[in-house]
Amino acid sequence: MHALRAVFAPTCSPFREKPFLLERLMLIESGSPVAADTRVGISLTINGQHRELQVAPWTTLLDLLRETLDLTGTKKGCDHGQCGACTVLVDGVRVNSCLALAVMKDGAEVTTVEGLAGLSNGGAGSNGLHPMQAAFVEHDAFQCGYCTPGQLCSSVGMMNEGHAHSRDEIREAMSGNICRCGAYTNIVDAIEDVMAQDGAAQDLGAAR
Amino acid sequence: MNRFDYVRAGTVAEAVQAFAGAPGAQFIAGGTNLVDLMKYDVTRPGRLIDITRLPLGDIAEHDGGLRVGALVTNANLAYDARVRSRYPLLADAILAGASGQLRNAATTGGNLNQRTRCYYFYDTATPCNKREPGSGCAAIGGVTRIHAIFGASESCIATHPSDMCVALAALEAVVQVTGPEGDRSIAFADFHRLPGDDPAKDNTLKPGEIVLSVDLPAADLSKNYTYLKLRDRLSYAFALVSVAAALELDGDTVKIARLALGGVAHKPWRNRQAEALLVGKPATRETFQAAADFVVAEARPQSENAFKVELARRAIVRGLSQAAAGTPQSLTDKRIQ
Repeated sequence: MHALRAVFAPTCSPFREKPFLLERLMLIESGSPVAADTRVGISLTINGQHRELQVAPWTTLLDLLRETLDLTGTKKGCDHGQCGACTVLVDGVRVNSCLALAVMKDGAEVTTVEGLAGLSNGGAGSNGLHPMQAAFVEHDAFQCGYCTPGQLCSSVGMMNEGHAHSRDEIREAMSGNICRCGAYTNIVDAIEDVMAQDGAAQDLGAAR
Repeated sequence: MNRFDYVRAGTVAEAVQAFAGAPGAQFIAGGTNLVDLMKYDVTRPGRLIDITRLPLGDIAEHDGGLRVGALVTNANLAYDARVRSRYPLLADAILAGASGQLRNAATTGGNLNQRTRCYYFYDTATPCNKREPGSGCAAIGGVTRIHAIFGASESCIATHPSDMCVALAALEAVVQVTGPEGDRSIAFADFHRLPGDDPAKDNTLKPGEIVLSVDLPAADLSKNYTYLKLRDRLSYAFALVSVAAALELDGDTVKIARLALGGVAHKPWRNRQAEALLVGKPATRETFQAAADFVVAEARPQSENAFKVELARRAIVRGLSQAAAGTPQSLTDKRIQ
């Protein structure tokens, strides 16, 4: 029942936050409450670009990316931290953007699938892709593609963490990303391939 | 999600102060549980106090053990070299839970304060004494596969979902908190509570109190331990039954025994009499079976979870055997040796 509710959760927030004009910029002051009906000014570096934004406190990072900034590469699957489709890198660390309030990430560097290629050393590789993206293409590591942006960000984040080395460890470390097409075998192949590439660890690059 | 005031606390004092007089105020750090609950309308805080900028993110040497700041993420705690070498039971328990993404966001204090995953607690269309005191318990007589077999009450049969806390119970951690009435220490066994007739309270924190750190004692239980977690999927699922076992052996004789169970009660379930049964005995299957039988003797299963009693009995024997043999359950190879 909950799974169904989660899967069919509406992808459009009823409070679409366009345009994000800086009309009523309210800066956050430590210890001072921001009333519930006020938007607050935050700054984020998203895919290398500095952004000054106004957000309602209840806006998730996922909704900010998709609804306000039109960065729709990041997907809303369950919206409850169970499927991993919304995975992005925050300060180089993979997290579920659906469970992060944007206001709490004030000052952070965010990398979405749109910015992944820019992380690899010396810019994008062949076809303007991050090595992980190229490996996903090479290994046919997706079918419908809906989970793919999350799989990509998660696998890059996982490699930054550096704890998974074997196939079993990759599978365990990637268990927060669900693929309903069942492309798991090829996803692990792609990740293994990138890991095996000479010096790949340095080239993948964190967000900073 | 309901509308709420937002306060970003710069100091612990500011956080405590922001709570006072604000109806429905709650602290938020990783948000992995609270934001989820807010999306389901299970929790409707009037004010969120963002504590992520408080200086509580370090792991430091303390009294021969370690002091883990409340904001240390689950991932940073599990992969800390000191924790891995001195408290591998804790590291393993953390890595047995959630996903890589969630462990990167979730914090130590938040893990202690996470709510149950009882279906009926989450479903606002059903009564739940934990969500709405006095409304009743829809779980009793309902779908009870995941529910408690120990310490439940007529008001609530929910379980505490944490893996980390099961290890912390076995390690006898101490929780340091502060609040409107000042600082205090809470023994881990006294932090979480049984539901009784007041299941709305998961733990013994008073209103406005905030976890500052979790202290790991100096005792060395790093050689003979295991965290054995049994669940419906091999990864990224809550425990049906889990066992944190740690032994200190003198030859083949048990000197110290710690045993805590997860997924079976409203708190990490320890039975000190069962631990006492182990001490001074040879570390054999017969000894472990006697302790396991003693633990499950007081189990009171629900309509659909009697299987947990036998599962717990066998898991205890297996966990103690793994601990005694020095062969902890692998985190990646899920075969149970």
